[in-house]
Amino acid sequence: MYWNQKIECMSRDELTKLQSERLVKLVDYVYNNVEFYRKKMQAVGLVPQDIKNIEDITKLPFTTKDDLRDNYPFGLFAVPDSEIVRVHASSGTTGKATVVGYTKNDIETWSECVARCMTMAGVTKNDIIQIAYGYGLFTGGLGAHYGSEKVGAMVVPMSTGNSKKLTTMMVDFGATAIACTPSYLLHIIEVLEQEGLMDKVKLKYAICGAEPWTEKMHKEIEERLHVRAHDIYGLSEVMGPGVACDCEYHKGLHVCEDHFYPEILSPSTFKWQKPGKTGELVFTTLTKEGLPLIRYRTKDLTSIDYSTCECGRTSARISRFKGRVDDMLIIRGVNVFPSQVEAALVDVKEVSPHYMIIVDRVNNLDTLEIQVEVNPQYYTDEIRVLENLTKKISHVISQALGLNPKIKLVEPQTLVRSEGKAVHVIDKRNLY
Amino acid sequence: MVAKQLSVFIENRQGRLGEVLNVLKQNNVNILSLSLADTTEYGLLRLIVNNPELGKEKLAEDGFSTILTDVLVLKISHQAGSLQQLLKILSDNDVNIEYMYGLSIDGEEASVVLKTSDIKMAEEVLGVQGVKTLSTKDIASL
Repeated sequence: MYWNQKIECMSRDELTKLQSERLVKLVDYVYNNVEFYRKKMQAVGLVPQDIKNIEDITKLPFTTKDDLRDNYPFGLFAVPDSEIVRVHASSGTTGKATVVGYTKNDIETWSECVARCMTMAGVTKNDIIQIAYGYGLFTGGLGAHYGSEKVGAMVVPMSTGNSKKLTTMMVDFGATAIACTPSYLLHIIEVLEQEGLMDKVKLKYAICGAEPWTEKMHKEIEERLHVRAHDIYGLSEVMGPGVACDCEYHKGLHVCEDHFYPEILSPSTFKWQKPGKTGELVFTTLTKEGLPLIRYRTKDLTSIDYSTCECGRTSARISRFKGRVDDMLIIRGVNVFPSQVEAALVDVKEVSPHYMIIVDRVNNLDTLEIQVEVNPQYYTDEIRVLENLTKKISHVISQALGLNPKIKLVEPQTLVRSEGKAVHVIDKRNLY
Repeated sequence: MVAKQLSVFIENRQGRLGEVLNVLKQNNVNILSLSLADTTEYGLLRLIVNNPELGKEKLAEDGFSTILTDVLVLKISHQAGSLQQLLKILSDNDVNIEYMYGLSIDGEEASVVLKTSDIKMAEEVLGVQGVKTLSTKDIASL
């Protein structure tokens, strides 16, 4: 089942031609509308006319998350603010969030891409879908919502945080599809089993994303919930969920290549990797108006396959993610950089700059513990004071990350002082 | 007179309390009383010892977080109501007790260790009432 057969099953030659046309237009567009790109191109002596087809993309400079931060909040927008109809935001590497903006057409493109993914997963207008991603600045909730509405399904905007209400409505409404993070879905499965509701569940499809998950989790969800589980991928900088999704054959995630041009680069040479070889995924948004990005480095590691899929789609497929180039963590669907924790702790004079982030998964929910050392001169023998300190640290961290951490005060000099590159994270989840 | 209490921050890890006691033993620091306050993550070991300064120095050398706190050690008669009377003096003078624990029961008299919100005031008002406070030296010779 296709949402847009013409595009999804287009021959590779036709697709390449379309991508080339769109890239030429895009480069002209950003050169004339975004000072940042004009300067970057001028710095390497490029003019828009140098880009004649999609292969010329390698002449163009990269864009990174830091570029978005340096131009916070709206500096990379290619249209006047009056043309922006929506903004979303995700974590930046330090204090400032990464802000993204959408025009009316961008929202339409985004909905189209999510609609393709939903259709790939089996969702039709006859389905009732619960969206249990967070609604708000995070792109997950509203992204999945608009795409599901476009398909014509009955959309139940649950958002996150109330598992009891979610399972009750799932049964009472006879929901046939659910979209949420895979770890949250495993938690929901447990709630359903505990409450003896599993027999009454009518779910057929689960559309999971916003965090990496293993083949083992995929199998577990399918077996325990009796659904077909699909992996949907996206990132707010590029658009949000819907950049790619896997079909019923589960042989990689089909990229909406007419809108997002993928490159897989060798982490050492930044040259194109051969199909099948692992490298960093880089996207160029071929049609975006609000925040067009040229060669945006996702820092996600994957490989690519251009062969036609058994489902009939010709779009390139990226493999299940194999890790990150940087130290970003995804905890309960929220992007977390250790540097954010470090920046937040600087403001707490009672603790030393040494810290350790411990991420685990208990009962399928991510846990975040941050260990800090109390500075000897602020040491006290009153529990009340130490508890207030714990609360204070917890507050600054939750403000910075948007997640509530558990704070553990540890004895001085007990956190590992590393030689060379500091190790600040212990992730016990084995996600890749 | 105030006494010095030696407090040690201890993570809830197996064997950690034993390590503290080991350091004290090796340096011949004798424990006269102790109280262990615990939370889920850590404990605070409060000690009355014969040589708190030496205890602090040696524990710090071994990487423990320690602190010396002024506390009052009071002798009270070993009979019903004597502690209540004592605390009434403090509360009548707006002095709060942050924590307390027993030191020893010795014949006719008992001792308690008090950490109060205002130690000077506590010492003064108790002194007026004839309550004896002990110094670290006094305690060491008990």
